[in-house]
Amino acid sequence: MHVIETKNLTKRYNGLVAVDNVSLKIEQGQIFGLLGPNGAGKTTILMMLTSLRPPTSGSARVNGFDVLKQSDNVRKSIGIVFQDPSSDDILTGYENLKLHGMLYGMPDELREQRIEEVLELVDLTARKNDLVKKYSGGMRRRLEIARGLMHHPKVLFLDEPTLGLDPQSREHIWEYIEKLAREEKITIIITTHYMDEADKLCNRLVIIDSGKIVVDGSPEKLKKIIGGDVVVLKTKNANVEKIKMLKFVKKVESKDGLLYLTVANASENLQKILQVVGKVERVEVRSPTLDDVFLHYTGKEIKDGEAEGGWVQRIMTQRARSGK
Amino acid sequence: MGELKGIYALWYREFKVFLREKSRIVSSIVQPIIWLLVIGGGIGSAVSFGGVNYQTFIFPGVLMQSALFSSMFFGVYIVWDKKIDFLKEVLVAPISRTSIFVGKILGGATDTIIQIVLLLIIGFVFLQFGFLTGLQLNIFTVVAALMILLVTTVGLVSVGLIIGSQMESPEGFQLVGTFIIFPMFFLSGALFPIDNLPPWLGTIVLVDPVTYAVDGLRGVMLGSSHFPVLLDFGVMCLFAVAMILVGTYAFKKMKV
Repeated sequence: MHVIETKNLTKRYNGLVAVDNVSLKIEQGQIFGLLGPNGAGKTTILMMLTSLRPPTSGSARVNGFDVLKQSDNVRKSIGIVFQDPSSDDILTGYENLKLHGMLYGMPDELREQRIEEVLELVDLTARKNDLVKKYSGGMRRRLEIARGLMHHPKVLFLDEPTLGLDPQSREHIWEYIEKLAREEKITIIITTHYMDEADKLCNRLVIIDSGKIVVDGSPEKLKKIIGGDVVVLKTKNANVEKIKMLKFVKKVESKDGLLYLTVANASENLQKILQVVGKVERVEVRSPTLDDVFLHYTGKEIKDGEAEGGWVQRIMTQRARSGK
Repeated sequence: MGELKGIYALWYREFKVFLREKSRIVSSIVQPIIWLLVIGGGIGSAVSFGGVNYQTFIFPGVLMQSALFSSMFFGVYIVWDKKIDFLKEVLVAPISRTSIFVGKILGGATDTIIQIVLLLIIGFVFLQFGFLTGLQLNIFTVVAALMILLVTTVGLVSVGLIIGSQMESPEGFQLVGTFIIFPMFFLSGALFPIDNLPPWLGTIVLVDPVTYAVDGLRGVMLGSSHFPVLLDFGVMCLFAVAMILVGTYAFKKMKV
């Protein structure tokens, strides 16, 4: 059985198509990624799957329940960690979890036992009686992940789980996500615009652009699509036609004054390429990344859409605006 | 069962927050005292109504003012839950919107009634020192006053929640104060008798639901009122029921 199944799922806002005929089948027990730039429609898909927003057309089932007609059962089956913090910062970590357990109708004993377990899982036991106000961004995110897990959901949704966190906290969160996939054996759906995050965590992912699924597969499979290594050249007046004639060069793309070549067996063939190109300012040879996959399919880099920023940044700009 | 627990959960959260935000409790007590001492004492030096001094005359109105401001702002405050995304966490839980609404009302009513009880104690102290005179504070009048205030509070929290559920961001907060709460207070006859008002003012006053609450409180605590106390109480009950109905509807339609 598929734990999530959507058919032609579509959402329009005032004529604007945010999600366009998305059909997905997700098996149980995966870490599944929705990868794409900001504004691609990832969060909207999530909001529909969690029954918070109704689809304009199409249908979606979560754990076998229809998101429109059986939203109560859908809600019992899922846990969700939102992009922006949604814990109450005037309450302690423990109180936030208790509140959550009561909202989900958990029996008192089970609730207290689960609170202990999930706090242990995210290493917050020692801080459970501190107000959330005093937590760092990473701790707060961990608390909310713990909260999302408390009621034993079949599916846990994580909307940009490391957005706005510093590199060290990101690594920590990744560890927790991998740990809980292992220990709790649930399906985890992650949305992210970080290529490295999707690459590291997901067993399978779809790349989404402008509300549509661009490509679907495991990170390894997707990177193989590129069919070689990536060679990036910084050079002036390169003869692109001549480079294209080389039989081991599969693709040439020019972007921001750089040449991106897809090359079979780059380590052997680099010398020949350089002979053709002539004077080069800089060369970079690397294995393909999901970024290259995205570029391959859409002709854009995913970084283009990154300016929007996360919740921490939003808090900062708010503070700056109010002059504090 | 699950719904009841959910309602309790929401009440639990509101109550914890109320206990923790001590500045809110303090200001909700200090402000009415200033009204009684300064406005009451100042204007009371020149006028008196209904055979009691002015401080005593406005005491029911000041109680009502405290209930009005705290319950309305409590309701509108839901826009803050929206802003910090706490509301999403609640809306995605498997409980009905009606239960969420009821939980909020219970939370707001608890806050307000605690404040009112503190103010009644202060009123009792003032009475002992002769600053207030002729105020009837005994077990019957206190229970009756609390019943009127509870029903009124439920209606007012609902109004606040209706407004808050429609608001997108907390920036409109001031507007609610200026255009809804202050007029409701000043037009309620909390500060003046409504017996001989000019016709235009008298009409507006009768449209303001708070008028009936103040009148009822005055009837109970001072023994004189414009309308029969039971009529006042009936109007407030109708008001509360109507606002609950509109409020649950607004909550069901609320978008995230």
